[in-house]
Amino acid sequence: MSIKVYVPRDSSALSLGAHDVAAAISAEAQARQQDIQLIRNGSRGMFWLEPMVEVETAQGRVAYGPVTPDDVASLFEADFLHGGKHPLSLGLTAEIAWLKKQERLTFARVGITDPVSLDDYIAHDGYRGLHNALKLSAAEIVKQVTDSGLRGRGGAAFPTGIKWNTVLNAPAEQKYIVCNADEGDSGTYSDRMIMEGDPYVLIEGMTIAGLAVGATQGYIYLRSEYPDALHILNEAIDHAYHAGYLGENILGSGHRFDLEVRRAAGAYVCGEETSLLESLEGKRGLVRFKPPLPAIEGLFGKPTVVNNVISLATVPIILDKGGEFYRDFGMGRSRGTLPIQLAGNLKQCGLVEKAFGITLRELLEDFGGGSASGKPIRAVQVGGPLGAYLPESQFDTPMDYEKFSEIWAVLGHGGVVAFDTSVDMAKMARYAFEFCAIESCGKCTPCRIGSTRGMEVMDKVMSGQNKDENIALVRDLSDTMLNGSLCALGGMTPFPVLSAINHFPEDFGLDKAQVAK
Amino acid sequence: MKKPINQYTDYGTPASSSTEQVTLEIDGTSISVPAGSSIMHAAVAAGVSVPKLCATDSLEPFGSCRLCLVEIEGRRGYPASCTTPVAEGLKVKTQTPKLADIRRGVMELYISDHPLDCLTCATNGDCELQDMAGAVGLREVRYGYDGENHLQSEKDTSNPYFQFDPSKCIVCSRCVRACEEVQGTFALTIQGRGFESKVASGVTDFMDSECVSCGACVQACPTATLIEKSVVQHGVPDYSITTTCAYCGVGCSFDAQMKGEQVVRMIPSKHGGANHGHSCVKGRFAWGYATHKDRITTPMIRKSIHDAWQQVSWDEAIAYAASEISRINQQYGKASIGGITSSRCTNEEVYVTQKLIRAVLGTNNVDTCARVCHSPTGYGLKQTLGESAGTQTFDSVMHSDVIFVIGANPTDGHPVFGSQMKRRLREGAKLIVADPRQIDLVQSPHIRSDYHLKLRPGTNVALISAISHVIVTEGLVKEDFVRERCEWDSFEMWRDFAAKPENSPEALSEELGVPAEDLRAAARLYATGGNAAIYYGLGVTEHSQGSTMVMGIANIAMATGNVGREGVGVNPLRGQNNVQGSCDMGSMPHEFTGYRHVSDDATRALFEAAWGRPLSADPGLRIPNMLDAAIEGKFKALYCIGEDIAQSDPNTQHVTHALESMECVIVQDLFLNETAKFAHVFFPGASFLEKSGTFTNAERRISPVRRVMTPKNGMEDWEITAKLSTALGYPMQYGHASDILDEIAALTPTFRGVSFKKLDELGSVQWPCDDEHPTGTPIMHIDEFVRGKGKFFITQYVPTTEKVNGRYPLLLTTGRILSQYNVGAQTRRTDNVAWHKEDVLEIHPHDAEDRGIQEGDWVGISSRAGETVMRALITERVQPGVVYTTFHHPESGANVITTENSDWATNCPEFKVTAVQVNKVSQISDWQRNFKRFTEQQVNFVEQASKPANVS
Repeated sequence: MSIKVYVPRDSSALSLGAHDVAAAISAEAQARQQDIQLIRNGSRGMFWLEPMVEVETAQGRVAYGPVTPDDVASLFEADFLHGGKHPLSLGLTAEIAWLKKQERLTFARVGITDPVSLDDYIAHDGYRGLHNALKLSAAEIVKQVTDSGLRGRGGAAFPTGIKWNTVLNAPAEQKYIVCNADEGDSGTYSDRMIMEGDPYVLIEGMTIAGLAVGATQGYIYLRSEYPDALHILNEAIDHAYHAGYLGENILGSGHRFDLEVRRAAGAYVCGEETSLLESLEGKRGLVRFKPPLPAIEGLFGKPTVVNNVISLATVPIILDKGGEFYRDFGMGRSRGTLPIQLAGNLKQCGLVEKAFGITLRELLEDFGGGSASGKPIRAVQVGGPLGAYLPESQFDTPMDYEKFSEIWAVLGHGGVVAFDTSVDMAKMARYAFEFCAIESCGKCTPCRIGSTRGMEVMDKVMSGQNKDENIALVRDLSDTMLNGSLCALGGMTPFPVLSAINHFPEDFGLDKAQVAK
Repeated sequence: MKKPINQYTDYGTPASSSTEQVTLEIDGTSISVPAGSSIMHAAVAAGVSVPKLCATDSLEPFGSCRLCLVEIEGRRGYPASCTTPVAEGLKVKTQTPKLADIRRGVMELYISDHPLDCLTCATNGDCELQDMAGAVGLREVRYGYDGENHLQSEKDTSNPYFQFDPSKCIVCSRCVRACEEVQGTFALTIQGRGFESKVASGVTDFMDSECVSCGACVQACPTATLIEKSVVQHGVPDYSITTTCAYCGVGCSFDAQMKGEQVVRMIPSKHGGANHGHSCVKGRFAWGYATHKDRITTPMIRKSIHDAWQQVSWDEAIAYAASEISRINQQYGKASIGGITSSRCTNEEVYVTQKLIRAVLGTNNVDTCARVCHSPTGYGLKQTLGESAGTQTFDSVMHSDVIFVIGANPTDGHPVFGSQMKRRLREGAKLIVADPRQIDLVQSPHIRSDYHLKLRPGTNVALISAISHVIVTEGLVKEDFVRERCEWDSFEMWRDFAAKPENSPEALSEELGVPAEDLRAAARLYATGGNAAIYYGLGVTEHSQGSTMVMGIANIAMATGNVGREGVGVNPLRGQNNVQGSCDMGSMPHEFTGYRHVSDDATRALFEAAWGRPLSADPGLRIPNMLDAAIEGKFKALYCIGEDIAQSDPNTQHVTHALESMECVIVQDLFLNETAKFAHVFFPGASFLEKSGTFTNAERRISPVRRVMTPKNGMEDWEITAKLSTALGYPMQYGHASDILDEIAALTPTFRGVSFKKLDELGSVQWPCDDEHPTGTPIMHIDEFVRGKGKFFITQYVPTTEKVNGRYPLLLTTGRILSQYNVGAQTRRTDNVAWHKEDVLEIHPHDAEDRGIQEGDWVGISSRAGETVMRALITERVQPGVVYTTFHHPESGANVITTENSDWATNCPEFKVTAVQVNKVSQISDWQRNFKRFTEQQVNFVEQASKPANVS
């Protein structure tokens, strides 16, 4: 019997040479006439160990990493095919502390299965949620999702069940499920990892969403910079069609659901749901005003569920194990788990799926292992480029939508980016305006002109011109953008700006005591 | 009727059509508005004006400027009032300290990227940005002016009528949205994003773009970014007078915005019943001809057309004309005299002219140019439905589910209605186009016809037979409607006729050149697709079977129950501004006003009593009869007002021969038109800006024409006719055009309730307007047809005698284009020539290749009637075997080629079908050479008259 060897095909592993490692292993096995079955799995989410090679042994899967092609011969020499010791040995994968401490519900299969193998998906509890859903009425499916307490993981944290209920109750001949896979926040990658590591869970989640609201067509609006995800999703969708999990008669149920991947147009703002819909319709990615909500008038004017990848990929386990099961995780009104993405100046960056309630400090220290540079961590930006910067004094805040809101911060899509003491927070505040200026769709005035003016005023602040007046102007501008912008891009740019000023006034040449007033 | 230039309230967002009322409170005032209204709309209705820049009530809300934010009790944040719908019990505050801060913050950003040249800006005092800066109390711009900006952006002055100055642009997208939502051309877009967002048209500039110069973007612009060059030149106008466009049959209302006697600009009137604030390049911009140097403003006379003109006083000119008419009357008899009015005349001018001919001269020899365009409509609709007019109001199209366009090109010929139709099509209505040519409606941005029945010219009646066949043989007749509303016997006859195998799509497919399955599918769609409306133009009427086709159209509308309510109907798109009106006014040789036959004793008695003269019971001569009679030496004097038969009528050489045969041709016009070159008396006319009266558009809408400046020629046209009448011994005592309209109303049942006073009150009114319908009749035949029961007519297809053969293997069909109007006398004397400086011949690549013709080559076009030369435009818009041209330029000689074949019932010429041969040539035709020589001579005769020495 051939030995199963796993080399990830996740693009983070690929960027670290996983293809070369896989090729070297194949060649070496052939040369040594070793019978192996090379499986290209997703990533376990420990990027400092990528490419991480796993071998299936009688004791379980054994990991080695980070592996380079040069290590391959020595791995064979060390009989890694049978779990032999090697300087790169990491022991049994399941025993690696990083993984062991997590609660992987949404990411249950990522890194374990062959992402494009439907058999593998089914063998690992895949499509159990859909089978259950097919036995339920649309309203009962929505109830399960409502009961689970799942909130939109794209950042807005709107209760998924309520959104679905709105679409369910909107009468229309055609409804749509749109998956927002335009993952553009800096430091975030959980959507990509799901799509590359377990595409079927997203397909299944969207199919269930279709049944729940009466939609027969789904679109995945995929970030244009995710070519690997595109291929993997399309291959998985093909397989799902052939096996009757998609199409006009899902598993003989009489229900129809079609699914298509659309490549995004390459604009950050198209991750905003209404400009995403515009883009999907073939127009410029311009933000729409709300109301009408997309749930009432969405894609092509029809009722549409627009959900983030993680929200949809969490639906199968809710339908498999029930809303109550999922609800038991988490704290307060933040139920279930959040796939947190560690990035920036940390020793160990990667994906941590934990129930809500874990503190930032636990994430940075227990998982992240402290800063990569060895200097103290001074600031953390949570929730992408429009999230607030948190100072050390706020590191004990639990990951919880409401707790973050209380300190004028956001969880967003769960991205955590760490900065050490070398960071200049004035530059970061300027960068926030610059990011907004580059990504603004240009529709509303506060964002279109304000972002550019913000950069310019920050330049004046940084060069010491009329500091007090210009800081006051930045604050007034932030107020205009916060209250006046059409969408969250302009509306949230003040979060990083004002948090930087308020928590790190010394970087702006301001007196800390004065700012505190 | 002088009004301020900003006379209309802008509600910010369109009105809601909901019948449900919602009550809310705005700044403490309770207001009830239709559900679906925006908070902004409700606020304005409550007398509260919310600051705004990107919102205007001709466009859907957009929500980009963020000035109109409000606070709503119990809701978070600051929702935009333009995009937030009202809800029962809302408590809205439009003015709070926080809102003031946000608005000032937004305005500070705007002004940080705007030139500070208000005092020298063309819209100083008429600028929404300026107003808003004041309204929000902006006092300083703390960003300074050294940041990134657009102040150095280059101006685009490529369009002759307006300029685009991006340095003043606030990127509100109103222009882009107006182009999309109002005009439907999609020529503009926003290029780039963020701070780099800018309005873009085409690759280089406006003239290089798809822009059709309708002016909607200019009108929508809240700043001086897009502005009329005339405002740049003259400054912001002082006051406004509402009048009616003198171009096509849409009949748009315009506000002539004035400075003293200077027209500064024409703005489509927001309350215009036909246009609702929209316009096209002609009405909006092409009015400069009124002051063109070619305009003749002094009367002229001469003995012979080979003599130079003599400038004379009005009294002399009128006395001379009267003496000549009297002489000819005595010498040859009254039958030798006649009059021709134009559809460009007002109702009042047409009325007094026909009165002069009938009452003073005692003949019915009066005809109008509808003879050569829509006379079959008058005949066909009268026969079938009982009234010589379209059945609908334009707005009806917004309720249509299927739109069937036959032989019309609304986006060029009736552009403002074309835009409305396109709006309905974008909303999802289905479209069938029957046209030999691929008109823009077949495929244009966000529009595609469901069926384009690309029939061969001259086969219309075969088309209607095939469609009728499908309707009667596939059980698509609305029998209950037909039984209740129509003459059953006539229906049965028609049904049996249509059901004949020779009328099946399969039998006629080859003749038509249209696949049978398309004919069947189109017929099914028309009959079963919901509210189905037919819109047709001269492609229906200008045929040897024009009247047959009109009746055929009425047949299928009745058979499918598509008459008598909104969204359906039979709609002739009238070519000129007053085709409907000139026909209504009794300018046809057989009918008094209101389509009453001259042989009807009661009607004649009525007019005899009113006019105090005996009237003839015999129909007079039609235009072609007058011309034939002239050549035979029996017709000697013609009074021709505003019409240019030497250019617009078929077989030009026949027309000019006839004119040369007359002894006294009196032409009343603005310019020395082609007919005037054969005239003996020239009465200079007044332009539409210089006179009062009414025009009646294609939907029977009577709209006021108001004098905004003193007539350059000294008097209004009706006054000239009245003076001539008086000189002929029949004094016409009218003080004002309104007196004439009162006389018309008194003598015409369908006009009974019409008066200038009513038009002042209502803006416009659609006839019939009488005691029963005091505010007019938008939709006709609702409960019963005007003739009682609708009548079906058998419409046997008879192929035209104008057939292709070896000598003339191609079919020429004619039409018009957007920028030019009819004979071009007006539009050729404006900057509209920038789009169309000459007429060209459209020819299919296959036919061009067969003849070795390349794009831009001179080609000779010869027919049985004559020969002319123009440049070739090779295009697949025309089908192989068909060539196409326009007749806007006299030197093109398009009508030198057309023949005298005409409609069997009305003599409407068969302009749309002429067998021709086309060949590559190296020089202009003999006719064109003669034309050039003759024109030079005649222009010279006018110039000699202008010399003071000759006047004395």
